[in-house]
Amino acid sequence: MELVLSQILAGLSTGGIYACMALAIVMIYQAIDHLNFAQGEMAMFSTFIAWQLLHWGLPYWLAFFLTIGISFVGGVLIERIVFKPLKNAPVLSHIVVFIALFAILNSGAGFIWDFTIKSFPTPFGTTPLFGTLISSHDAGMISVTIIVLLLLYAFFRYTRVGLAMRATAANPESARLVGIRVGWMIALGWGMAAAIGAVAGMMIAPVVFLEPNMMISILLYGFAGAVVGGLTSPFGAVIGGFSIGIIENLSGFIPYVGRELKLTIALALIVAVLTVRPSGLFGRVIVTRV
Amino acid sequence: MSKRDALQRSNCARGQLAKPQVLLTIVALVIAVLLPLAVKNFVLFQLTLAMAYGIAILGLSLLTGFNGQFSLGHSAFFALGAYTAAIMMDRWGISYIWTLPVAGIVSLVFGFLFGLPALRLQGIYLALATFSLAVATPQLLKSKPLEPLTGGVQGIVIIKPDAPFGLPLSSDQWLYYLTLAVVVVMFTCAANLINSRTGRALIAIRDNPIAARAMGVDISLYKALTFGVSAFYTGIAGALGAIVIQFVAPDSFTFAFAIALFVGLVVGGVDSIAGALFGGLFVLFVPNIAEQVSKGLAGAVYGVIMILAIYVMPSGAAGLVRLVVSKVARIRATK
Repeated sequence: MELVLSQILAGLSTGGIYACMALAIVMIYQAIDHLNFAQGEMAMFSTFIAWQLLHWGLPYWLAFFLTIGISFVGGVLIERIVFKPLKNAPVLSHIVVFIALFAILNSGAGFIWDFTIKSFPTPFGTTPLFGTLISSHDAGMISVTIIVLLLLYAFFRYTRVGLAMRATAANPESARLVGIRVGWMIALGWGMAAAIGAVAGMMIAPVVFLEPNMMISILLYGFAGAVVGGLTSPFGAVIGGFSIGIIENLSGFIPYVGRELKLTIALALIVAVLTVRPSGLFGRVIVTRV
Repeated sequence: MSKRDALQRSNCARGQLAKPQVLLTIVALVIAVLLPLAVKNFVLFQLTLAMAYGIAILGLSLLTGFNGQFSLGHSAFFALGAYTAAIMMDRWGISYIWTLPVAGIVSLVFGFLFGLPALRLQGIYLALATFSLAVATPQLLKSKPLEPLTGGVQGIVIIKPDAPFGLPLSSDQWLYYLTLAVVVVMFTCAANLINSRTGRALIAIRDNPIAARAMGVDISLYKALTFGVSAFYTGIAGALGAIVIQFVAPDSFTFAFAIALFVGLVVGGVDSIAGALFGGLFVLFVPNIAEQVSKGLAGAVYGVIMILAIYVMPSGAAGLVRLVVSKVARIRATK
């Protein structure tokens, strides 16, 4: 029993990473109505920018907020330069452009900062809490995730801009008719997603170390978390992220195949959840009018 | 969807082969048959592989382009076909020719079975489910229980078949012609399928499932069957790929390959049968070209080429061709 409990705690700490990423994914999904495959690489690139700023001797928190700002501008620029000219292209073409961005950011980061593994500092220290399983960094990371979640909730629920962004994602034509500047709302969504990705990246980097491929597996778990939780619900994404961390750790217990097939088992479970609840655990079922 | 788009689609669905199209196909075939006389064996090897990818992309096109179901997991069916061929040839000593239909049928069954639960999923959720399949494939192939069969991380090495009946061809040339023949058969079948009653049902499900159901189309059956047929194509492509490369290993079938197939599909044109071949060429050659441009930034160059391709032809190569043809027709009509 104690072993199971400690595995659950360990699952929570990796789950925190996935929750961060899942949150960023849901954010951009709400703003642009697509899953962004380049999300992880955008976060990775932002983290490298933060590393560079720290390397130049800036204090941590200054670098932290500066990176968020730079990422926001970067996200908006990506939308304006790459996606605006394609706004009438089919959805599948957009997905190819996401994949292209993925390749560009990944190889660009490798080219600028090379592929050696770098360590990244944490502002929360690494003293162990509750025995040895959760460090103060994990706790800090989880709290940051929750703070970001609350801020986002407030933004989407209580501000005019948040409402306009939701309207844009739900129904661009009607949104335009009531006077929302749809193009800029989408750009804003990209900016915010990049900024949240930057936060996620800077929180994750101390755990997994910084290198151009750091985000690939995390992105996958983040997607899974977001989809299981329901893509329409930021809260669901966080819960989904945490539960994937826990499931992944617990499936190591299944005899014979558990260790090798951790990922496979987690994914099979996700597909199983989806077949029972096709819109995710907390997602709204979207009814389309015909 | 604009009105012109809809019109083009319905034209394409009716599948009236215009005269220039027939002519082009014949010219392309003649060039393809004569090509081995002109180029080196390595180039032939690459072209053979590109055709195998083209068949896989055609499978994906039947599923995504004509039936509207996403898949980011076709590397799994490709792997299934490749491993079926490799195991049959290496472990059981069966001739490579027989591996093709068997690989197709094994994939068909798996695809159909996977298509059943996938019926409940749509759009992005289906994309994730199939993507999971792609991610899980290398791990499953490496896993201990399957190792005696799959050879684990080492993979399986197969021997390249020679030309039969004492034909004066190198084995690369022979495999090229074999693949070309398979391509002709498979592409003809796909074109016929799309132009049949079944094909119209598939397209109806993509465009408007509710209307399709009202017309009496059994949506669940057709969707699951399309999954199966799509996997059938991709499985045969996988078997061809394995025979041509002479080697299968788990890490050749990662999700990156599934994504590459998807890119090929979109760049070729999702609802175009001939576009699949263009996609195959793109998947094979563009990463090589990118590497030649810059070693360090190969990924970035590949990405930029992809973006440029989408800028120039937002609906794929087939979309561009259609656009040019309709423009030319209009200029002629005004004269």
